[in-house]
Parts: sequence; structure tokens; C-alpha cells
Amino acid sequence: MLNNFPLWPVQASTIARSVDALYIFLLIVTGMMTLLIFICLVYFAARFRYRPGVPAVQIDGSHALEITWSTIPFLIFMVIFAWGALVYFKERTPPADATEVYVVAKQWMWKIEHAEGQREINQLHVPVGRDVKMIMTSQDVIHSFYIPAFRIKQDVLPGRYTVEWFRATKPGTYHLFCAEYCGTQHSGMVGDIVVMEPAQYETWMNGGSTGPLSATGEKIFAELGCSTCHRTDIQGRGPNLHGVFGKPVQLEDGRTVTADENYLRECILDPGAKRLKGFQPIMPTFQGLVTEEQVNALVAYIKSIAAAKGEAAKASASAAAPPAQENAQTNALANGSQVQ
Amino acid sequence: MPQPAIAPPVERENYLNAKYGVWSWLLTTDHKRIALLYLLSITFFFFIGGFFALLIRLELLTPAGDLVQADTYNKLFTMHGMVMVFFFLIPSIPAVLGNFLVPMMIGAKDLAFPRINLLSWYLYIIGGVMMLHCMLTGGVDTGWTFYAPFSTNFTNTKIVEAGLAIFVAGFSSILTGLNFVVTIHRMRAPGMTWSRLPLFIWAHYATSIIQLLGTPVVAVTIVLVAAERALHLGIFDPKLGGDPLLFQHLFWFYSHPAVYIMILPSMGVVTEIIACFSRKRIFGYSFVAFSSIAIAVFGFLVWAHHMFVAGMSVYAALVFSLLSYAVAVPSAIKVFNWTATLYKGSIHYDAPMLYAFGFLGLFTIGGLTGLFLSALGINVHVTDTYFVVAHFHYIMVGGAVMGYLGGMHFWWPKISGKLYPEGWARLAALIVFIGFNLTFFPQFLLGYMGMPRRYYDYSHMPEFQILNVLSTAGATVLGVGYLLPMVYFLWSMRYGKPAPDNPWNAAGLEWKTPSPPPTFNFDEEPVVTWEAYNYDELDSPDKGAPHKEEVPVAR
Repeated sequence: MLNNFPLWPVQASTIARSVDALYIFLLIVTGMMTLLIFICLVYFAARFRYRPGVPAVQIDGSHALEITWSTIPFLIFMVIFAWGALVYFKERTPPADATEVYVVAKQWMWKIEHAEGQREINQLHVPVGRDVKMIMTSQDVIHSFYIPAFRIKQDVLPGRYTVEWFRATKPGTYHLFCAEYCGTQHSGMVGDIVVMEPAQYETWMNGGSTGPLSATGEKIFAELGCSTCHRTDIQGRGPNLHGVFGKPVQLEDGRTVTADENYLRECILDPGAKRLKGFQPIMPTFQGLVTEEQVNALVAYIKSIAAAKGEAAKASASAAAPPAQENAQTNALANGSQVQ
Repeated sequence: MPQPAIAPPVERENYLNAKYGVWSWLLTTDHKRIALLYLLSITFFFFIGGFFALLIRLELLTPAGDLVQADTYNKLFTMHGMVMVFFFLIPSIPAVLGNFLVPMMIGAKDLAFPRINLLSWYLYIIGGVMMLHCMLTGGVDTGWTFYAPFSTNFTNTKIVEAGLAIFVAGFSSILTGLNFVVTIHRMRAPGMTWSRLPLFIWAHYATSIIQLLGTPVVAVTIVLVAAERALHLGIFDPKLGGDPLLFQHLFWFYSHPAVYIMILPSMGVVTEIIACFSRKRIFGYSFVAFSSIAIAVFGFLVWAHHMFVAGMSVYAALVFSLLSYAVAVPSAIKVFNWTATLYKGSIHYDAPMLYAFGFLGLFTIGGLTGLFLSALGINVHVTDTYFVVAHFHYIMVGGAVMGYLGGMHFWWPKISGKLYPEGWARLAALIVFIGFNLTFFPQFLLGYMGMPRRYYDYSHMPEFQILNVLSTAGATVLGVGYLLPMVYFLWSMRYGKPAPDNPWNAAGLEWKTPSPPPTFNFDEEPVVTWEAYNYDELDSPDKGAPHKEEVPVAR
């Protein structure tokens, strides 16, 4: 119904439904509050207008009323808060088996690379009915990846990954906007999200790919000489990266962190910051030597050589969301010897 | 023009005619004269900011970016925001009406530090001149929010100069707040207990505390931005190990409470007007008073609700959403108490009351749409869209400016000693109300449809045009509504009928002294023996004429 209402944005994702439901609930609740206040205002203003000889009746106040009109709105607010938080958790928790898409933002374009290797600019093709997770970073200033039809938005920051996901429910072409002001051509940093039927999408996907992103990553891994220290057969001067992704790793300073996308990225660009226990600080920084796309490819490669595919996917989901503690601890026991 | 026979042959001495000459104004330490200096300067900046707004609206009339260049547009909305926030809204009510009225309402001769008060104005002017110079020599294009790393590493516009202008003007704000706090604590007339203070004073007290505690943080933030630009320290730049989100935390730690600096004084004004024109004591005096303090306190704890999609942790977002709902409660309490005050009142519809009604309606809508933005799930969709733009204009223009204009009308007879033409004033109130809603209501719809803010060109999504045309049409109406009061206030200074001491038969010490007041406010120090808003005593038949008959109405 709402899809035909001219003042309502198209509803094309699972989250859009949840957001719209809450929005309509809020429209009703606040509409009733507004009506209540306006009716009182208008009625009092008319009923108690100045009449000669009729003095105002002085009333000091009423504790009962004050408590009532503080408590009832507060309780209503708490309902809205809880509902809003539930929707937000859903928005912020990508499903474990989502298809991954890497996004690099720059002034003023969106560079998109599918895990399968397809590259796009200012366009994102996705199939209907599949969970898609975007792993995003910026080359320069802060941008924000906003798809109104999906009701999702996430700022894209330089120097780290942020994550956003959706499941499209309706084929069509939708707006993609940059929602965080980013300079001269901010309003030109727009594009299209093309949602296709799965069969159509497969056809599109099979045309013009350069091979999967992880294969590109493997090539870069060799070209940059990473493989001389990070051996794949034995433990070299640097840690063996097989099976590392998604696992908790112990650092030289005693902390334990999960080796998620942001951790791998930091290790490439600032290796000294979170050095693994038992390794010498010999790795040089690759800050300025690799592009954001190359970092993405390297991360995709390291993810691809994680020991068990299923676990890696689960842990990758936890990159932006609360870490999956149980999973992490089990893995810690299993792989404790390897990371040390 | 023949003078009416009843005009007094000799004008008695008041603060306006006590001394003449430019220096008697530029070196004055009289809080009332400083208030007028502020009035002139903020009006100047208001029309500059308004001019930028008009250009923004004209550009958005058509989807294509055709009126100005993209960079020009970016500078326009940046300068509109900076001028309106730092050089109009923040000083508006405190520095003009607060300056004029705080000492008079508590029965004092002046503020505690008259020379610091003058210094505040000079700091404001220095900051203002720096801002003007910055605008004339190139301007800034970051948005008034200065987000790093765009502001620190990418733009080549005059960030440091604009930052310094705000830095200097910030000290003006801090000193005004300091002056008010000390004055309210130390200089109340005998008998003027805390529970007898007009609620205008409570609102200004709460505002001053925010100014004192919050403004230094934005000053520090500006220094950090300047340092980062000049020395590349790596505070905000991720390439050097910095954190761009740190900037947003620091910035909003001040700039969210700053919203309450703008709206609290306006709430104080509206409280005075509603009491006077419904001839009633304020319903729930202590609840209205302490809700101001509660807003000031809670207002410091909600800053990160501007950052729900910025890359913050989910749990931090949860806390800030919860606290945002907590700060909504004292605002709701105020609205309910104002409404209840009307109950069984004797309501008059003079121009100030029309502005107060306008405030109530617009502030209610602005406040309730805040509930949408605090709901995390909805915030993700509507943040950084026109929904936010509409919401904060409902609070800061619909709320704060409505209250400011209401207050200007209410106290104009006291300030100028003249009556303004009531009919024109009511018309202006109506035009402002209609123009405002026509401008900003369509923006709520645009926001939910997904139009991002700060877009210069929306030719990619021409479906947004109709609502933008409505908004631009509204802005021109609103512009007329804002010009009118300036015209008839100026007109009244020369041609208006002389105002009696208490044209509204209002309660409050400021009405117990001549209009315009003498330099030291009261001929003898007042002693307060009555409660605030004693309208029952003022209207009782043995205490003199009831409200209307005393009013010489100029229509």
C-alpha cells in the first residue's frame, strides 16, 4: 500500500519494514500527544478568553498531575526506546552467511568490489532475497552510505572498516546517497542500487569478472613479499596466517583481541599497534604503499585461508557487532598453540 | 506632526536620554544600553544569516544546481549555520532581553560586573568582525560542524579564521553566563527569595551554567582543529593514528547543550508571557523552575545521539538513546504546565501572547519529532536528512526565535518607552507562523523520503522538487514576517505613543519602574513582599483597574 503513496519512500528491504512499522507507531503516538496538547490549548484559549468581570482562578499546581504527566510520557518513551533499540540491533548485526561486498569511498565516488571480483562505480548490483554485507572504508574524509529504500545508513570512515547490511525484498533501481557532507561534489556522490532477480543476477555476475577478490589478494600477497615471512607451510618470522581470521589472538601486551577485518587492516597499516605475542617487531608499515582496494583484497585473501569457512563467516559477522564470545573461546582453545 | 495635548512637556531622565553621543554608548556600563548594543548587532547578523538562508532556498527551488556554484552553496549553508548559531541564536535572548531584564527582575541596579558585561559585547563584536572578514575573503565550506578530517586535512577554506572568530565570541558567551550566575546569586533585592524569582530568571540561570561549563569545550576543540591543520599532530587524522570520531565527541559535547542555550531562555520568555496574558500564577512553579535545571544537567549527557551512524559501539548508542528520552521528560513537563496555566485563566490575545501560542505549537512539534530521532532504528534512516533539518529548525527557529520575538514585543514598551502598532504586530505573528510551517513542515516529509541535507543539486532525484518549492515559498513568506517587526519597531521609536510604566499590568519588578527605566533601574531599592506572578492581587478590584482598561492600545 505504502509503495504507491507519493510521499512515502519505496520499501525494499526487510529492515525497511521494521523501520516503517516503528515510524507508523510513532506517528500515531506523537499524533495523539500533539492532538491532546493542541485540543487543550485551543479549548482553553477559547473557553477562558478574557471576559469583563470574570477574573482568572488562581491555581498553584498539583503534585498528582505533575507526577502523572511525567510518568506516563516517560513510560511511553521507554516503549519507543526499546522498540527503536531492537530495530537498531537488527540493523547493526549482519547475518553470519551474508555475501560480502567491499566499498571504498572517496571524494566523490563509491568504488565497489564484490567478493567474486566484479567491480563497479556508483552502482551496486545485488540479488533479491540474499543478505548482503558491505565492508566499507574511506580513502579521504568521512562519507555515509545511505540507501533510503532500505532505510539503512552507515558512516564510512578513513582508517577503519564499518559494516552495514541489508536483504533486498523487491527488484528495482534505488537511490544511493552520500549522507555525510564531504566537500564540493557531495551532492554528486550519488548512485544506484540495482536489485535483480537471482537468475538475472547470476548472468550479470558471470560477465566480466577478473576472478575472485581473494585471488587478487593472493597475488598482491606474493608481490609485496608478505609470503617470505608469513609462510603458508611452517611458522615463519611472521605468524602463519592460516586459520587466523575470526579467532582470538594474544598480543604482546597481554591483551586478547579477535582477528576481524579491522584487526587485519590495522596489522597491515600499523603493524606495531597490536603485535602478536612471540613475534619480533620486524614488520614494516604498508601505510601509503597499498591502496584501500589492495588492503581489501589482502583482507579477503587472509579470510579465504581461514581454517573453517563456517566459523570464519560467523566471526566476520562479529567484526562490527558484539563479538561472539562462546565461539571465540572455543577457537582460542583449539588454536592456542598456533597463534603463539 | 502635532503633539497630543496630554504629552508630558518635559521627558523625565531615563537610561536613553541620560547621556548623548557615540562614546556614551560605546563606553557604557549600563546593562540596558549594552542590551541595545547587542540588539543592534544580533539583528545585523540575523539578516545576514537570513540572506544566506534565502539564497539556499532559491538554489533548491530547482533540482539542478543552477543559481550558484557548488562551492558557493557549501559556503552558504556553512555561513548560515555559523552566523545563526554563534552570532544570533546563542546571544539572542540572553544578551538582549536577559541583559536588559535580569537585573531589573531581581531588583538590582546592574549586573554584578558591568565592565565585564561591556567586555562581553566587545568580544562578540571582535568575533563578529573576524567572521565577517572571513566571509568576505572566502568563507568556509565545512558546514558549521567542522567535521574532521575534512576540516583538518582536506579543505583549503578559512577554517582557522572562522574557528578563531567563534573562539573569541565564545568568551563573550562565557562572560555573560558568569555575570548572570553571580548577579542572580548575589544581587537579589531584599525579599526576592529563590522561590519568588520569575521563571525567566530560572531559565537564564540554567542557561548560564551551560554557557560556563560547555563553551570552554568548543574553544578547546577549535584549538585542536587549528593545531591539527598547522602542525599535523595526528589528533583526528587516522593516517597519523588519530581518531576522527574524537572530534565529533568533543564538538557535540558543547554543541548539543548549546541547543539548550538557545531554547531555555525562550522558554523563560514564554513563561512570563503566558502568566501575564492569562492573568495567572504559573501552574507548578517549582516544576517549571527545576525542569530548567534538569534540562541543563541532562543536556550534557546526550551529545552522542548525533552520532548513531558515525561508527560508535552499539551499546554506547543504547545509553545515549535512553538518556535522550530522559531529557525529553522535563521539556514535556514544561509544555503541560504552560497548557495547564491557561486553564481557568482570563486570556488576552495581544501580540506577545500570539507569539507564545506559536511557540507552544512549534516547540511541541519540534520536541515530538525529537522522539523519532532518539529512536535508534528510525535515527539510522532519517539522520543527516531533511528530517533533522526540519526538527532543529522547529526547535531553534519555531521555538527560540518565536520566543525571542514574543519577548521583544512584550518588553518593547519597557525598552523603548513606546508602544508598537498592535494590529501590525498580530499580523506579523500570523505571517511568521504560517511562513514557518510552510517552510519547514515539507522538510519532514522530504527527510523521511530520504533527501540528504547539504545537497546542492538533486537532479538525480527530481521527485523531491514539489516539496522543495513549497519550502522555498514558505521561506519568502517567513522573510516578510521577520522584516515587519523590524520596520514597526523602528517606526514606533519615532511615532509610537509613549508607553505607560506597566502597559500590560504585568507582575514583575521590571514593570514597577518607569518606561524607559532610569539608569539605575529603580528610584529606590525595591523590597519584595509578594510571590511571583501575583496576578490575583494585581487584578483585584481594590488594587486598581483590571488589566484591559489601563492599556492605551495603539492600533
